[in-house]
Amino acid sequence: MLVAIASGKGGTGKTTVAAALAAVWGQALLRPLTVVDLDVEEPNLHLFLRPVIRRAETACLEIPVVADPAACSDCGACRELCQFGAITVMAGKPLVFPEMCHGCGGCLAVCPTGSLTAGSRELGRIEEGTTGLADYLAGRLRIGESQSPPLIRAVLRRLAAVADPEGDVILDAPPGVSCPAMTSVAAADVIVLVAEPTPFGIHDFLLAVEAFTPLGKPMAVVVNRSSDGTPQLLDLCREHGLPVLAAIADDRAVAETYARGGLLPDVGAHYRAVCHELARSITVFAGETAHA
Amino acid sequence: MSKKIAVSSEGPTLSDAVDPRFGRAAGFVIVDDAGTTQYLDNGGSQAMAHGAGIEAARRIAEAGATVLLSGVVGPKAASALAAAGVAVVEGMESLTVGEAVAQYRAGQDA
Repeated sequence: MLVAIASGKGGTGKTTVAAALAAVWGQALLRPLTVVDLDVEEPNLHLFLRPVIRRAETACLEIPVVADPAACSDCGACRELCQFGAITVMAGKPLVFPEMCHGCGGCLAVCPTGSLTAGSRELGRIEEGTTGLADYLAGRLRIGESQSPPLIRAVLRRLAAVADPEGDVILDAPPGVSCPAMTSVAAADVIVLVAEPTPFGIHDFLLAVEAFTPLGKPMAVVVNRSSDGTPQLLDLCREHGLPVLAAIADDRAVAETYARGGLLPDVGAHYRAVCHELARSITVFAGETAHA
Repeated sequence: MSKKIAVSSEGPTLSDAVDPRFGRAAGFVIVDDAGTTQYLDNGGSQAMAHGAGIEAARRIAEAGATVLLSGVVGPKAASALAAAGVAVVEGMESLTVGEAVAQYRAGQDA
């Protein structure tokens, strides 16, 4: 089972929930877990899980390189094909803008001459290791790289190659509802939306529900910083048919533990029980919706 | 061969203001040595999410211009213009197209 922890608004507690689940999953469910930081623009799961990194690799995107400018026939096929303006022909020679390329390979396919050849652009790094309780995988976008979905997809390909087929996966997704978040949640079997009952939190929660519902995946909610606005949020969850699997109180002790880099189950026995119960209820929810 | 000067412009005539933008300028007035003008509408750039400057550079080069007068030219457009051999003069945004061309020519003659 692959569970994406997502949210509309950033800072609602995705990493808090993902790290908490990573800490209790094995004990609560007796199943192996791989935890994945897909928020490649600003990965932070490692701050809480402190993994030992055993392997790191550079991820690259295939982009065109001008191998033989003189061979260009000035036909313009590459320029006409590219939807991102990443290649043009100037003074009879191809001109590539590497940072704009999305790596589709179309220009290389349509070029009738040998003017272009395949090169690469570094997207970032993929790190693998262990937290002691779970396997750990993360992407880290190269500073200056503007596209994160290609790296997210590279991390997911690596996950498919290394994850225990008998085990589960927790994906700490990027915030928001744009391509990085969609790329991440689209890979999951189950989506858990972390939402906070503030006006901003509720607004962006509804955006996430709107964006992710068409994916047709089972989706449930964890309320974080539960407070006066919670009844309104719970009403909205009912309206959208989204079960609420856990509510984490707006508690100073949680914030203090987080600020020290601690984990939610370590705040106290009550929170440990909440985390265990959440791990179990996610699997039950996923099982129910799989058979529904 | 006649030297053609392209000016990013808010309209089609010499009395229109220089458009401070390059890639997403309203259009380009192209002036030759005889003072004949030609207008390239650039309205299509508004609909482009990416690469407006690169496409504008290509169209100007295709029209035969070897000099561009504009406000600010972005880095990708600048490398496209350089590849096409188009000289770039920035900072012309407070002038009309006619004034910009006159000022450029005065500088060339000096």
